[in-house]
Amino acid sequence: MNKKNWPLWEVFIRSKQGLSHKHVGSLHATDEEMAIENARDVYTRRSEGVSIWVVESKNITASNPEENGELFEPAQDKIYRHPTFYELPNELKHI
Amino acid sequence: MRKKEKLFHYILGIGDNSLILGHRLSEWCGHGPALEIDMALSNIALDLLGQTRSYFQYAATLGIAQFETEDDVAYLRDARNFKNVLLVEQPNDDFAHTIVRQFLFDAYHYLFLEKLRESKDKTLRAIAEKSIKEVAYHFRFSSQWVIRLGDGTEESHQRMQTALDNLWRYRHEAMEMTDLEKEMAEKGIGVNLEELKQAYNQKIGEVLVEATLNVVNLDTWTQKGGKEGKHSEHLGFILAELQWMQRTYPNMQW
Repeated sequence: MNKKNWPLWEVFIRSKQGLSHKHVGSLHATDEEMAIENARDVYTRRSEGVSIWVVESKNITASNPEENGELFEPAQDKIYRHPTFYELPNELKHI
Repeated sequence: MRKKEKLFHYILGIGDNSLILGHRLSEWCGHGPALEIDMALSNIALDLLGQTRSYFQYAATLGIAQFETEDDVAYLRDARNFKNVLLVEQPNDDFAHTIVRQFLFDAYHYLFLEKLRESKDKTLRAIAEKSIKEVAYHFRFSSQWVIRLGDGTEESHQRMQTALDNLWRYRHEAMEMTDLEKEMAEKGIGVNLEELKQAYNQKIGEVLVEATLNVVNLDTWTQKGGKEGKHSEHLGFILAELQWMQRTYPNMQW
């Protein structure tokens, strides 16, 4: 462990049952338990959540922004993949 | 003493602990060793202040002369009339002292609220019910830091041991009952504090063992006085800061 800085953790919070965890930010902590407590103290003080996930930032593999062209642009002209041709009833939520 | 006055003083005995410890913790605001810890300590301070308000609002409804609002109760008493235990007024010193002080108080606070939930007084019962969840978290926070630092590096261990040596004599004062507390316990309103001691020793003992901290050679003597208004010199400075505004500009609102 780096002596000067505690490891960085990414924090994911589920705002209510049925929804998925969403990335809300990051923080420093020495271990998992402290990360959960710090997340509770920093990110849920205004009743933002019912569940917390933390994962050490170094364990996240991210896509390379320089490869955005080959990764994401090919999907832009394939509008037939969007389910926009259906009429959705108003009662349907979270879609 | 009339019945209501007794209840009034009994409530102050509870609320003052939360007020003074909350104030002590608030001194860390902006000075915490890390942003996350700064917020954690401030959150705990705010929990304690919230509890204090509940107790003092209740005390202010009892019709005691001069004390008509929660602010009167907090701002218009001198040190001799504060009933908090000596432990909570001890200075922050370093992070180790702050954590050990918190830990020694949280363990008591939790056991106390657990019993206060069975009080015949329904307002006290309700306050205890609401506060105990907060305090369960305080204990979790402080005990994990005791373990982390006690069983940490050589320096952190040494600092924690020093803090424990310095604060050990204050740990039991909360459970040494005054005549008023005995009377309130007999009536079923207050908590029989003597009964908490065994559970308390066990609760802190388990954590201290895991933290590799040594209490065998510590003096078992208990320093008392806070509950009778005999405080250390520290309380005067806390009150000077806490009460300055109301004392200088009486009835000021902002």
